[in-house]
This record gives sequence, C-alpha cells and structure tokens, in this order.
Amino acid sequence: MIAGFKLRKRDEPWKWGALVIFLGALLISLLVSALLLEGQGKSALNGLFILWDGSFGHGWAWEGALLKSVPIFLCSLGVAVTFRMQIWNIGAEGQFALGAIGATWMALTFPNLHWALLMPLMFGMAFLLGGLWASIPAALKLKLKVNEIISTLMLNYIAILLLDYLVFGIWKDPASYGFPMTPEFSHNAVIGGIAGSRVHWGVLLCVAVGVAFWAFMRYTRLGYELKASGQGPRVARYAGMPYGFLVMFVMCMSGGLAGWAGCVEAAATTGRLQPSLMVGYGYTAIVVAWLARLEPLNIAFASFLLAALRVGVENLQLELQIPAAFGEIMEGMILLSVLAGQFFLTYKLERRKQSD
Amino acid sequence: MLEIIVPLLSATVQSGTPILYATLGEMMTEKGGVLNLGVEGILSFSALAAFVTSFLTGSPALGFLMGGFAGLLLASIHAFVCISCLGNQVVSGLALTILGLGLTRFLGTPYIGLPCEGFDKFAFPLLSQIPAIGDIFFRQDALVYVSYVIPVLFWFFFKRTSLGMAMEAVGEYPAAAAAAGLKPILLRYCSVLGGGFLIGLGGAYLSLAYTNLWTNGLSGGRGWIAVALVIFAFWRPGRAVAGAYLFGGVMSFQLLLQARGTNIPSSILLALPYALTICALVFSAWRRKYSDMPAALGTNIEPEG
Repeated sequence: MIAGFKLRKRDEPWKWGALVIFLGALLISLLVSALLLEGQGKSALNGLFILWDGSFGHGWAWEGALLKSVPIFLCSLGVAVTFRMQIWNIGAEGQFALGAIGATWMALTFPNLHWALLMPLMFGMAFLLGGLWASIPAALKLKLKVNEIISTLMLNYIAILLLDYLVFGIWKDPASYGFPMTPEFSHNAVIGGIAGSRVHWGVLLCVAVGVAFWAFMRYTRLGYELKASGQGPRVARYAGMPYGFLVMFVMCMSGGLAGWAGCVEAAATTGRLQPSLMVGYGYTAIVVAWLARLEPLNIAFASFLLAALRVGVENLQLELQIPAAFGEIMEGMILLSVLAGQFFLTYKLERRKQSD
Repeated sequence: MLEIIVPLLSATVQSGTPILYATLGEMMTEKGGVLNLGVEGILSFSALAAFVTSFLTGSPALGFLMGGFAGLLLASIHAFVCISCLGNQVVSGLALTILGLGLTRFLGTPYIGLPCEGFDKFAFPLLSQIPAIGDIFFRQDALVYVSYVIPVLFWFFFKRTSLGMAMEAVGEYPAAAAAAGLKPILLRYCSVLGGGFLIGLGGAYLSLAYTNLWTNGLSGGRGWIAVALVIFAFWRPGRAVAGAYLFGGVMSFQLLLQARGTNIPSSILLALPYALTICALVFSAWRRKYSDMPAALGTNIEPEG
C-alpha cells in the first residue's frame, strides 16, 4: 500500500478508534470547508469562527440546535434499525412528508377539537401515513425482491410532489396571496413552547421515544429478535424468526417515526403545511445513523451535532452570504472520511521490518 | 398525428441521452463489482463543471470533456473509500450524492440564470434525409450522435477486449480473477473511474445541450433513474438504450402535456417518471432470472494480512 509499511489485521479492537476516526473526519471536513471559503474569497479562519459561534457560541444557537435535532433524531432512530437489519430505508424524507401531510389533514379537518384529542389524532395519522408509505417498498422487497434503496428514494420524490400538489391545490390558503401553503393551524393543533421559550414539547417527545425505544429493544422478545436479525436474513431464518414480519414491522416503525418528525415540524415549527418544511432532515438522518454507528444513544449526540452544524451554517449564510449547501458538503465529507477511516478499526499499518 | 409524434420522439431521444450516458457509466462501475449510488451527485456536479468550463472558455467541447473529468474526480473518492478502505459501498455512494449535490449548489450559485455556449442541433448528412427516422434521430446535437456509438463501444469493450473481460471477471469472482494473475484492485479502480467519466458526460449533456443555462437541480433524480435502469437493463448495454429512451419518452410526454395545458395537475405529471421507475424495478424483479448481475456486486475485496 505505502512503501515501507504493510497491512496487518488487528488482534484486539482499537479502544478509542471510533472516536479518533470521528475527530479526524471532522478535521478533514473542516479543512475542506476552509479551502472552499478561501476559494470564495472569504477568510477561512473568520468563516470557521462564525460557524463555531453559530453552532455553540450562544444560548440561541443551542436552542436552535436542540430544535433541529428533534426531527433528525426521530428520523435517524428508525432508519438506524432498518440499517441494522441490512434493509436500506433511504426514504425518511418522504415518510417525513407523509407524516406532515397526515398531521395537517387532521388539523384542518378538526380545528375545533380540544388539543388533548386533536394531538393524538394528528400524531396517530402522521405515524399511520408515514408507516404506510414505508410499507410499500417493504412489501415490494419481500414479495418481489425489488431493491428498496431505489424504491424508497423514488417515493421521496413522489411524496414531495404530493405535498406540493396539496399546498398548491386543495389545501391552499385562499388568504395566502397565491403562496403555496395551507391556512395556519388552530391553536389546538399547535405544539407550544416550553415555558414560553422557543424550545417546544417535541423535545420531550424525543426523550420519551428514545427511552421507550431503548426499553423495547432491551426487554421485549421482538426487540431481541430485531437485534438478532441484524446479522442478516439468513441468520434470522436459521433461528426460526419471522424475517418477513420483522422487515415489515421495522419499516413501518421507521416510517412512523419519520412521520412523527414531520408532524412535529408542521405543528411546532411552521404551524401549517408548506413546501419549505422539506429541508432534507431525512437525508441528514442517514448521515447521523451511520456516524452514530447505529447506536441509539450515539444517535442522540450525532443528531445534536449535525443540527448544530445546520444552525452554524445558517449563521454563516447570514453573515458571509455563504450558500446553505455548505452544510451538505460538510455532512458528505464527514461521512466519507469516517467510512474511509473505519478501515483502521480492523487493520493497522505496520512498519515493514528489514527481514520482510 | 405525425406532426405530434415525430417531435415527441425527437424530444425523447434528447431527454433520454443524459440518462443513457449515466446508465452506461453506472453499468460499467457495477460490472467491476462496485455499486456507486453517487450517480445523482456526480451528474449534478459534472453538469456544473461542464457549464463553467464552457462559460469561461466558450468551448462546449472542452466543457463536455471537463464534465467527464469532474465525474471521474468524484468517482475517485468513492473508489478510494470502497476499494482501498473497504468502506460500505451503499453508504459511501449516498454520501457522495450528498457531497456532489452540496458542491453543485455551493459553487454554482453565482452562475444561476447565466447562459453558456452549448451544442446546437444540426442535420446529419444523408441520414437526416430518411423520412421520420431522420427527423427523430439525425437532427440532434453532436453529443446525441456520440451517444449512438457509445453502447456499441461498451459492448465491444466488455465482450471483445481483454481489459473489459478482466474487469467483468473481477465483478464476478475477484478471488478467482486474482488467482488467474489479474489485479482486482486496479481493475476495480478502472471500472469506477471509467464509469464516473461516462456519468460525467451525461451531466455535461444536461447543462450544455439540454438547457445551455445554469439552474439548480438540473439532475432532478435522473441519477437514481439511471441506477434503477441498470437493474432494468439486466446489465446489458442494448437494453440500457431501450430503458433510457423509455424514460426520455415519459419525460418528454409529461412536458408536452404540461405545455398543452391539460387538467392533470403538474405535480402528478412530474411524479410519473419516479412512479415508472418503481414499475420498471417490479418488472425486472419479475424477470430476474434473465439478468446478468455481477455476482460480486457490492462486496469489497479484503486485503491479505
């Protein structure tokens, strides 16, 4: 590979390897970002400072990151379980859209219902539609062995167009001066801030979902079977587990969680359905799941980190007129570097001895 | 009737061309055993590279070439991560798409709305005189004519040259290929980089012949359609041509309907190609046994030691 060195498989796992690789990946992506900033004629040092300042430097930054990590966390949690089973659900973005549509449907149909009744209806419909959307590729995969990577992706495009169809068409607010958006939700359908702050109750939902998820995986038979079938379909079938059912279950749950993310965004952040709801949380969730090595607790941290990065990039956009796509470049670079770096978890480079 | 159908089919060839380049590029990558899900990102980034080159130099031919090299450049990241570092091919490809789309939007922002020198249509001597056929296939731009030759070259490369056959062997059974004295790592690099170059040419087509104008979101899901078409085509170039024109046809038909102002909402029309992609996958799943899928597709080659 490199002159004077040879590859050797590690005898024991590299204890801090994952962390070192993650930090290394972060460093590489920061270097690339610095180069891009310089290329745009901006001072890289200043840019990175603004990025840092926007991500972690203020109370509002932390608040913003917390808010953005809610949908990312919910999407990523579900996606990660499917990845564990070697099912590639790339469709969180579309399932998120369906969730937002389901929540909006309920909010517009029963605007006068008491919130204690309306909220469960909205979350229920969001989960149902998100789950149903995810069950299409699951069924196609199980019955016809259709590649789920592409079918989930295509359903993302279709879901976003469906959302467009609704907000440009039958759900359009007549008072919106032609803007594609639904009327504002009634206050019964809005998730409010905790103690008047910007942070809304969706954050607590994340905590509840996270704990429930952990308990489910650890203490139920189904959770155990899911973990075991993470080794792949063959292992599951040998162990006599209902693989088809597990796939269906995981995909519906994954879609339902993404649907909840859509519900929270519509009901807490925008208070209506509009195309600007779709900012790619579903794709960031894939990056998060992989950075977190598919571990639920890590997912919480990684969601927060990438949410903070998004807030930092917004700051960069505001102060230096840097396009928001800067965040995508960093996400892609971090993920690629981590993937490349994971090589060193199993192998190490050793100096070639004279005798070789 | 002919007045509608001939222009529609001519537009079909035009919108099928970038998909054809991308499909053949992905097919070449996969023949070597590597799945590259970064097509969408490569397509979009190479479209920008081609546009900027033509914008700055005024030479669309140079732009076309630069599109290819931009594709090769992005594909080399994927090659390094998957072939040398044994990274997961699915995730690396997805990351590459995120990176490619991000780079395009980041670097392309200053050019939005600007025009560039592109490829103009011209009547191919003699062949354009054939009734109907001439109008459909031989009143196009130079890149379309190039795309007629590439599937044949592709077929020739994999069936008749030793490099092509060695590549295919590595996609089928790397260990056996290594035992036979081939260099699997090097061959895989060739297939990913060569495939990236072809995909890049498809991206160049989008900005240089399809629009001549820079806008965001030029790739519009065509990269994913290309990935699906490789499966639909059973890894055979001839079927890739048919698939690409089928999708080109749906895209042009959808544009025609929109232009004629039907009652069908545009979002439903726009969803057609994506829905059709799923149908194409269902169809190919049903006829799976005829497929030439490379046996080692998606698996990495573990090093010794």
